Amino acid sequence: MTEYIIRRLIYTFITLIGISIVSWVIITQAPGSPIAITLDPKVSPKIIEQMEKNYDLDKPIYQQYFLWLKRLFTGNLYSFKDGRPVLEKINERIWNTLLLNLFAILIIFSLAIPLGVFSARRQYSFLDRLGTFGAYLGISIPSFWLAYLLILATVKLFGYPVLGMRSFVTEEFTNIEIVFDRIWHLMLPAIIMAIHGIGGLSRYTRSSMLEVIRQDYIRTARAKGLPEDTVYYKHALRNALLPIITIFGFLIPSLIGGSIIMETVFAWPGIGRLAYQAVLARDYPVVMTITTISAVLTLAGNFIADILYGIADPRIRYG
Amino acid sequence: MNNERLKNPILEVRSLSVYFSTEEGIIKAVEDVSFEIYPSEILCLVGESGCGKSVTALSILKLIPSPPGEIISGRIIFNGRDITKLSEKEMEKIRGNEISMIFQEPMTSLNPVFTIGDQIIEAIELHQRLKRNEARKKAIEILGKVKIPLPDKRIDDYPHQLSGGMRQRAMIAMALSCEPKLLIADEPTTALDVTIQAQVLSLLKEIQSEMDMAIMLITHDLGIVSEIADRVAVMYGGRLVETGPIDDIFNHTSHPYTKGLLDSIPKIEEKIKRLNAIPGQVPNPMDLPQGCKFHPRCSMAVEECRNIEPQLFKVNGNHFSRCFRWKDCC
Amino acid sequence: MGSERSYKQGSKSFWIYFKKNRLAMIGLVIIIIMFIIAGLTRFGLGIILTPYDPGQTNVSLKLSPPSFKHYLGTDHLGRDLYTRILYGSQISLSVGFVAVAISILIGILVGSISGYYGGWVDSLLMRFVDIMLCFPSFFLILTIVALLGPSLFKVMLVIGITSWMGTARFVRAEFLSLRERDFVQAARALGVKDSRIMFRHILPNALAPVFVTATLDVASAILVEAGLSFLGFGAQPPTPSWGNILTEGRTYIFDAWWLTVFPGFAILITVLSFNLVGEALRDALDPRLRGIR
Repeated sequence: MTEYIIRRLIYTFITLIGISIVSWVIITQAPGSPIAITLDPKVSPKIIEQMEKNYDLDKPIYQQYFLWLKRLFTGNLYSFKDGRPVLEKINERIWNTLLLNLFAILIIFSLAIPLGVFSARRQYSFLDRLGTFGAYLGISIPSFWLAYLLILATVKLFGYPVLGMRSFVTEEFTNIEIVFDRIWHLMLPAIIMAIHGIGGLSRYTRSSMLEVIRQDYIRTARAKGLPEDTVYYKHALRNALLPIITIFGFLIPSLIGGSIIMETVFAWPGIGRLAYQAVLARDYPVVMTITTISAVLTLAGNFIADILYGIADPRIRYG
Repeated sequence: MNNERLKNPILEVRSLSVYFSTEEGIIKAVEDVSFEIYPSEILCLVGESGCGKSVTALSILKLIPSPPGEIISGRIIFNGRDITKLSEKEMEKIRGNEISMIFQEPMTSLNPVFTIGDQIIEAIELHQRLKRNEARKKAIEILGKVKIPLPDKRIDDYPHQLSGGMRQRAMIAMALSCEPKLLIADEPTTALDVTIQAQVLSLLKEIQSEMDMAIMLITHDLGIVSEIADRVAVMYGGRLVETGPIDDIFNHTSHPYTKGLLDSIPKIEEKIKRLNAIPGQVPNPMDLPQGCKFHPRCSMAVEECRNIEPQLFKVNGNHFSRCFRWKDCC
Repeated sequence: MGSERSYKQGSKSFWIYFKKNRLAMIGLVIIIIMFIIAGLTRFGLGIILTPYDPGQTNVSLKLSPPSFKHYLGTDHLGRDLYTRILYGSQISLSVGFVAVAISILIGILVGSISGYYGGWVDSLLMRFVDIMLCFPSFFLILTIVALLGPSLFKVMLVIGITSWMGTARFVRAEFLSLRERDFVQAARALGVKDSRIMFRHILPNALAPVFVTATLDVASAILVEAGLSFLGFGAQPPTPSWGNILTEGRTYIFDAWWLTVFPGFAILITVLSFNLVGEALRDALDPRLRGIR
């Protein structure tokens, strides 16, 4: 087990370095990037100054990379838009995004797994086919469209405000009402983000269950006289859930990516929205830092998923 | 051992037929198979791959996957009841309890995420309603009986931590934990090394006499049959072609297929230029020949064999053969 | 050669199996219809489908609900929504196909080299794949498109270079197993060049899963393009694309619900169709799921 953890750690670290290199390459070497801008005589000197401050453009290329890394970690990267440190701007909002994503993940896992398990047990039944079709619907529906449909519906039918993190008159609410209000504003975008994930994960769970149910040890469990429910929910499920842990790591980038649209639609003050506004304003330091941080978060998520998998699978835990 | 046969059989299979419906047609995996198993005896069900022996065994415990497969007709009488008519709940009381089964691949037949102790204790708790610690004691005892060293330590091991032979022993322990009257063993040693094979076989023999249990052993290896069987049933193309006590089958072989099987075993004292394989191939279960299923490969086949399927002829006492020319056979 | 024979035999029963999936067949029909629509509108034959021009304005009829004259209503400039949606199909389908074509090319290249040569080449390439997979793709696409400036081709390119990873993995897996086969050993022994072995002998046999990932990737590319258009980075107005029609309609959402409902619906059924077909392909090509039942 320790060997496994160490291997994963080394691998994660290497990937981390790789991510930082790729990020840096994109931001500095891609056409239309800051360097090209400094060569453009129409660009204002103020911006050029910022560029040089941010990117040490007078130094040799490999040094630029390390200096950029250093700036990243010490918060010395400054936004183009308002000159504030990038990390500070991100720090204000990243927790909101994480909150939203956490909620979405919770919804996804708590709905998708039972759906998938249920569907697998009644393979080919009408409910299974319905569930499968629903899953396909879930992965095909454009999130922003669904968002607007629901906004249309909620506002027209219920007259309820849905934008932002809180309603406008919260000063008059009691604490409990504030909490509920927060949760209300959280629910809709989280649910919409979750729909895509539920579609995918329920299918994956279903096929994992179907794979497991074909195994020899399930036949042995039945031959022991165990009731079918026990065979299914104890013997089969435990094995089918293992590969799902690894999926957890893949969910994160797609959720964070989906954040951009959802946060924009719902005016949720998170890093997705920040990134979008930064893109509109050509605020590269902010954009690239967010991209890099998202990749790092994904890596962290994968690492945690790997560790959890190592704990859950006795073949690895007791190697 | 011979006198025991005069008692009543513990399991009687009468005219069992099992078919599978697939997209490409109906597979008649087992057709009109009948045999008995007497208490405390070892019956070997012999045949090549695809002859229907595993399906027969699985049918006894009604473990055939039931969309495609189905017991079309026949009766299986155990303890005076026809178990083909039992509900799933009633079958669950019999499985692992009065009739147990072990399988070929011990690595994939044990659940990798539970300890072997858990898996054995599960069976004990289910059928014998013992409390956890009593069940655990019993499990350790059984592990000892199947000659697993340091059973009190091994009980908390996971299947992947044991060697192939030990895993098979653990499976046997699990099957024996509730003292069944009949153990069905589907090629239990095929996936093991030869030396381990011998150990497992002798273990089975020991346990069998100690626990006074009947064993139905399925195999394609006649060597195993000669070592361990009291009686033999030979299957081909989904049918029984010869049954009888082991002496009769080996020394008074009465069916060309059985003869072919025996002849194809190379004898270590003889020097031969070619192996005596049975010419031709096992028939496709969806496209079985007319008449006697073996006739296309049979050196003794006559016109009758091509058209009519022979019934079981009585050779002697408890020895039967499904061949028109059983007298001329050997 | 033995391998090619089994490949051809398989394709007949595969088609029979595929036809059984009714939803997938419906999806296929919808895709074909979309293609026809896109083709007709692209090549100036749009008149067959609608009397209007996508850019034809009629301010007196602005924001009018669905009617017999305007099946799906009009937008804030009085343009016929139905027509705009029809013309918008060009963007979605062309982006979908070109982007996926690019991603498949890259994926096949990376996957085959990785799978064929193994060793450190494989490790390096796969590590690169893992790194790429960590980046939230939509983020990356948005960033790069923003950097490069919104043009349709750039969008296709960027989507292509951020979605090749799945194809690469599948192709690599196929190559890993196929390179041990006899016909490869034989070709090597005859001195055939590596690249020829890879592309003329192994690749045709490794292509099956690529059809699956390609179809599913088109679905996802269309979704991405719609998202990009919605955020303002895809097709630029006045060229209609399903995403930007939604953006324009967003201001009038409460007054003209049709501007929101219909374009989104078009995206939905197109993406759904590709997903249904892709999944059906996956099921049909998976030998384990066939046989019984």
